[in-house]
Amino acid sequence: MNVTEQDQLSYIAAQAADSRINVEIETEGMTLNIGPQHPATHGTLRIVVKLDGEQVIAAEPIAGYMHRGYEKLTEVRTYPQVTTLINRIDWLGSFANEVPFILAAEQLMEVEAPPRARWIRTILFELSRISNLTLFLGDMGIQLGAMTPVFYAFRDREHVLNQIESVTGGRFHPNFDRIGGIKDDLPAGWIDGTRSAMTRIAEFCDQMEALLLNNEIFESRTRGIGVIPADIALSYGMSGANLRASGVDWDLRRDGGDGLAYKELDWKVWTHPDGDSFARFWVRLQEVREGVKIVEQLLDGIPSGPVMAKVPRIIKVPPGEAWVETENPLGAMGYYVVSKGELVPFRVKIRSASFNNVSIASWVLRGVYVPDIITILASLYFILGDIDR
Amino acid sequence: MGLVESGKSPKSLTTLLNMSRKYSLWVYQWGLACCAIEMGAAFVAPRYDVMRLGVIPLPASPRQADLVVISGTVTDKMAPSVKRLYEQMPDPKYVISMGSCANCGGPYWDSYSVTKGVDQIIPVDVYVPGCPPRPEALLEGIVLLQEKILNEDPADRWKGGPLVIDG
Repeated sequence: MNVTEQDQLSYIAAQAADSRINVEIETEGMTLNIGPQHPATHGTLRIVVKLDGEQVIAAEPIAGYMHRGYEKLTEVRTYPQVTTLINRIDWLGSFANEVPFILAAEQLMEVEAPPRARWIRTILFELSRISNLTLFLGDMGIQLGAMTPVFYAFRDREHVLNQIESVTGGRFHPNFDRIGGIKDDLPAGWIDGTRSAMTRIAEFCDQMEALLLNNEIFESRTRGIGVIPADIALSYGMSGANLRASGVDWDLRRDGGDGLAYKELDWKVWTHPDGDSFARFWVRLQEVREGVKIVEQLLDGIPSGPVMAKVPRIIKVPPGEAWVETENPLGAMGYYVVSKGELVPFRVKIRSASFNNVSIASWVLRGVYVPDIITILASLYFILGDIDR
Repeated sequence: MGLVESGKSPKSLTTLLNMSRKYSLWVYQWGLACCAIEMGAAFVAPRYDVMRLGVIPLPASPRQADLVVISGTVTDKMAPSVKRLYEQMPDPKYVISMGSCANCGGPYWDSYSVTKGVDQIIPVDVYVPGCPPRPEALLEGIVLLQEKILNEDPADRWKGGPLVIDG
C-alpha cells in the first residue's frame, strides 16, 4: 500500500483529536508472579495474577512445586510402611492423615480396633487438629502485619506437640496408628499433662480473641473480603472450616462413619453465615475451642482394655476396595484403597482437602486488591503437601 | 578488603573478621515442606529463640542473606528456583540442608519427581539429619556452621568478581 505524506499527517491529526476526546486514562495490564516460594503460602504455591492498577483481573494458582508422588509410592510400600509416607501429606496434622487410611485397611481386613485404641486415636486426632489450627490463628495475624499472635501460637503449640511426642515419640510425624489399633498405650501421667495443655490452649483462644477479633484493623481487612457464597463453595468441592464459614452445616465428624468416637460426645459444629475471611478465622477459632472440649471429654472416659486387636504379623490385605473419609483439620480427607491380596496396595487414591479449597482461588481473587490476595489465601488455609501430594 | 581477598591479612585480623561474621548471620528461610514448620519453630518460637546465637532470620531478599536454610523436599520443578536463589546471594554464602529430603531424598528416595539431595544443585556446608529435625538439631547445625566460619580463611570464600544475576 502506498502511504503518502498526506495520509500520515491526517492520521496524526486524527490521533491528536482522539486523545483530546478520550480523557479517560487507560492503564496497561500487569502480570504479577507470587511465589513459588512465599511466606504466606507455607510452602511453594505459585500464583500468577493479572492486575489492572491495584485490582486483580485474573488469578491462576500453579500447583505442583511440592508434588512428591504419594499415590505412586504407596504402590511399592507395604501397608505398615504407607503410614510413614502419608503422615507427610498435611504436615501440621500428621496423625489425622494416617487415620482414614488405617480405617480403610481395617475395613478391608474386617478387623476392628478395641475401644481404648479408638478413643486414643480420637484424642490424638483432635490434638493434631488443635496443633494445626493454633498455627493458623497465629499465621493469620502475621499476614495482616501483626507479629505478636504468631509468637503466642508457637509458644502454646509446643505444649500440644509435647503431649503428642510423649505418646508417639514424634513431634511432627507420629506414625503411631497401626492396622487393628495403635502401637502403644499411654505413658504414665499423660492424662494430667494433656489436661493442663488444654487449659493453656483455652487461654490461648481467649488471647487470640482479645488480640485479633476485637481489633479494628483486623476487622476492616477481613470483613466482607473474599466472600464465598455457599453454592459456589459446594460447587468447587470445598470442605472443612472453609465450607462451614460459608454457612453450610456439614461436618464428617458428626455426619460421617463410625471409625472414631465423636458420636458419643457432646460438642457443636460451628457455622458462620458470612463466608468472608473473618468468618473463616472465626470458625477455626471456635473449632479449636470445641477441640479442647472434645479432648477433655475423651480424657474423662478412656475405656480400659487392650490397644491392639489380633492381626497377623505380616499383613496381607484381602482383595477388595474401600473408601473412607474423615474430617481432617483442613477438611475432608479420603483414601480409596484397592487391594489385590498382596503385601502392597494395588492403588491408593488420595482425596485431600486443600486441593479443592485452593482451586477456588481463581474465582475468589477476581476483583480484589493486591494486599487482600495474601489475607484471602491465608484465610483459605492450605498446606502445600496437601495440595500437590 | 584488598588484604583479605588476596589472602595476605594477618591472622589476628582474620579471626576478628570471622568472629564478627559468625555472629551476624542473616538467614534466608527457604521453607519448602514439613521442615519449614520446624524451622519456623526454631526461628520464631520463644522456646528456641535463634537470635541469641547471633542469627537474624528476617532478610527481605536473598540479596541480603549470608545463609540459606533449604528446609524440605526439593522437587525437580522447584530445583531451578533453588539454584537461582543461590546465585542471587552475595559471597560469602553458606547453605544448610535441613532434613532428610534435602539431604538425600529421604522417604521419597524412589519418587519420580523429587530431587535426591539439594547438593546435586548447590554446594552444602552443613547437613542436618532428621525427618523433620527437631528445632534443637537446626540450632546445632547453625552452631557447627559458626565454628566452620570461625576457622576458615576468608580468602577462600571471596570469589571476587561482580555478582551476576540472569533473568
